[in-house]
Amino acid sequence: MSEITVVKEFIIENFLFGEEEQLLLDTDFFDEGIIDSTGVIELVSFLEERFNISVDDEELIPENLSSLQNINLFLQKKLNKKDA
Amino acid sequence: MCGIAGIVNLGHQQPIALDALKRMVSIQQYRGPDETGAYFDDYIGLAHARLSIIDLKDGTQPIHNEDKSLWIIYNGEVFNYPELRQELLKCGHKFYTTSDTEVILHLYEEKGTNCLNQLNGQFAFAIWNSKKRTLFLARDRVGILPLHYTIHNQRLYFASEIKAIFANKEINRSVDLESLDQIFTFWTTLPGRTVFNYIKELPPAHYMSVSPYEIKIDKYWDINFSSNTETLKIKSDDLVNEISETLMDSVKIRLRADVPVGTYLSGGLDSSALTETVKKNFNNELRSFGVRFENKDYDEGCFQNEMVDFLKVNHSEIIASNDAIGENLENVLWHTEKPLLRTGPIPLYILSGLVNQSGYKVVLTGEGADEIFGGYDIFKEAKIRNFWAKDPDSKLRPLLLGRLYPYIFKDDRLKQTLIAFFKNGIDNPDDPFFSHNIRWKNTSKIKNFFSEQVKDSIKDYNSYSELKKLLPANYFDWDTVSKSQFLESLIFLSNYLLSSQGDRVAMAHSVELRVPYLDHRVIELLGKVNSEIKINGLNEKYLLKQVFKNRLPSNIVKRWKNPYRAPIHKALLSNNLNLVKEFCSEDAINKTGIFNSVKVLKLINKLGKLDKAGEFDEMALIGIISTQIIHKNFIEDFNATRFESDNFDQFYDFRSINDKLKKVL
Repeated sequence: MSEITVVKEFIIENFLFGEEEQLLLDTDFFDEGIIDSTGVIELVSFLEERFNISVDDEELIPENLSSLQNINLFLQKKLNKKDA
Repeated sequence: MCGIAGIVNLGHQQPIALDALKRMVSIQQYRGPDETGAYFDDYIGLAHARLSIIDLKDGTQPIHNEDKSLWIIYNGEVFNYPELRQELLKCGHKFYTTSDTEVILHLYEEKGTNCLNQLNGQFAFAIWNSKKRTLFLARDRVGILPLHYTIHNQRLYFASEIKAIFANKEINRSVDLESLDQIFTFWTTLPGRTVFNYIKELPPAHYMSVSPYEIKIDKYWDINFSSNTETLKIKSDDLVNEISETLMDSVKIRLRADVPVGTYLSGGLDSSALTETVKKNFNNELRSFGVRFENKDYDEGCFQNEMVDFLKVNHSEIIASNDAIGENLENVLWHTEKPLLRTGPIPLYILSGLVNQSGYKVVLTGEGADEIFGGYDIFKEAKIRNFWAKDPDSKLRPLLLGRLYPYIFKDDRLKQTLIAFFKNGIDNPDDPFFSHNIRWKNTSKIKNFFSEQVKDSIKDYNSYSELKKLLPANYFDWDTVSKSQFLESLIFLSNYLLSSQGDRVAMAHSVELRVPYLDHRVIELLGKVNSEIKINGLNEKYLLKQVFKNRLPSNIVKRWKNPYRAPIHKALLSNNLNLVKEFCSEDAINKTGIFNSVKVLKLINKLGKLDKAGEFDEMALIGIISTQIIHKNFIEDFNATRFESDNFDQFYDFRSINDKLKKVL
């Protein structure tokens, strides 16, 4: 299963409670109210634990976390750095 | 205070059953445990349950005028009744009691519906003119006391509480899905609505005139603000003095009672100011009552203790544990008669129990100060977002939000996402709901838990359109903060704060609340003041602080304002309780049909694992559980015939064929 599928499943289960229709790759979590401030902490804790990465404070910006697409890019960057 | 109930034949010809009114009073007897009374003729039955506070001996209701053509049942207090009584005596009216009830009746006789403009108080009453066969129902300006009604089969049924109307088994009981849509958007129903189909509430500051030919509902007062150019803009000593004197008189007349009056003391500015005013000026023996929390995140004990030491007041408190909050949810919902998105009413329900056990029937509370003086964070938030909207790319302007919510902004990890959250809607500062939109949008997400069937039934309903119709014409001339104050007062004040968290949980233990900050003279005075003075920079309730800056410890005046909140998921998901098993099992959810059981179980499962839950998840949890409980206890399991009672203590029987005559015939 690809990384982004795993993240998508987490979001559907924990923030959409099973309803996946409204979640597209570019759906903005903050504009659509899917994730609020405490949700961000839940999401980041999940990313750190599941992919064994560490997210710095300055990386906690909407550009990295506001959609599946952005998370995917961010994750790839982090994982590549880890492998390097 | 009291409970009232009535049935009026509009076209219906069958006599009104005495037992129906007995049940209607009995089911809300906690509103008036001291005595009962009724009036019957061929067209109407009026009944009353009394909590004796003024004229303990002779104030028994219904009360009539000199020629017994006018009859009143009344729940409430009119605080300026001695002055009104003097004027009425001069006009030749004769009184047989010393109660405020009789004053209202004669004032109505003298002035008709205009009597309402002279009443300073909290009330819901019904006056029957037996000669003209007209009924006059009225409710106080801000909706401190409840009054519900429905029309069924050419009869008007009315009562303080909805359950009294439901005590008639012919009345339909079902959930109004549009009202549920409102609750899961605005936190409560809009004025006039209840969560039940066909059951209406007379909105605050409205009266209903019922004649054999028509029913008319009119408004007699409105919360108003001046347009920006007409407001008082100068922070003068005169203004502070005028506010101080008006508040002093408001408290003074609210101490009028033939029983002792206590206060609620939380340790916040509003209740501390009231308690100081009473203790230092009117009653050195004052007793105060306060809520403490087992969970330290919610507890304000240090401020409460500081005030108790400062005033040397005789203080009693309850400690609200997580388990106690969960255990009392079902009882509280029996009284609020609507779903909740907060558990805040529950500790206040427990507190009114302590007040009752302490032998007290009346307490003053600080409700309304935030709405009137500009205390809520949402007002300051609107101010900052409005400032930010003028330069949406500014990096500095949104950082002001950090001063507003230091407890969440202190976490650097959250800062940027929080800013993204608050930026929502910033591109449309002219939106009439600019201040509240992000909150309502967030709350509305709970509607995703609705079942497909419910979603389909309300897919064309738009609660914002209904709200827009309630905005006054000059609303668009007001500044952002005034608009926000108006929305809070229109929606939240009467339908949540004064009811679910006010009258209903106090009267559950036969305790009357009095709210000095909501004296209409205070409201009208502050309505003229520019919001830049009410919230000076980001200093909320600036004028109230000016009044009390030398009368209270500086810690209390300068302290950071914490919103009053109570634990939710830790209280409701406690292992010691069966709330989830009983009301939110898959079977229970599917039986009610309002929510999607798969989603609800995922939410409960998620929250069960978390130590700290997010605001949205907690709101969804209490909203869903409380809707399930309301459905079970008011619709599925409600038994209208369970509430039989004894004969009325006072009974005026003017029916042409009454029970005595029936025996002879």
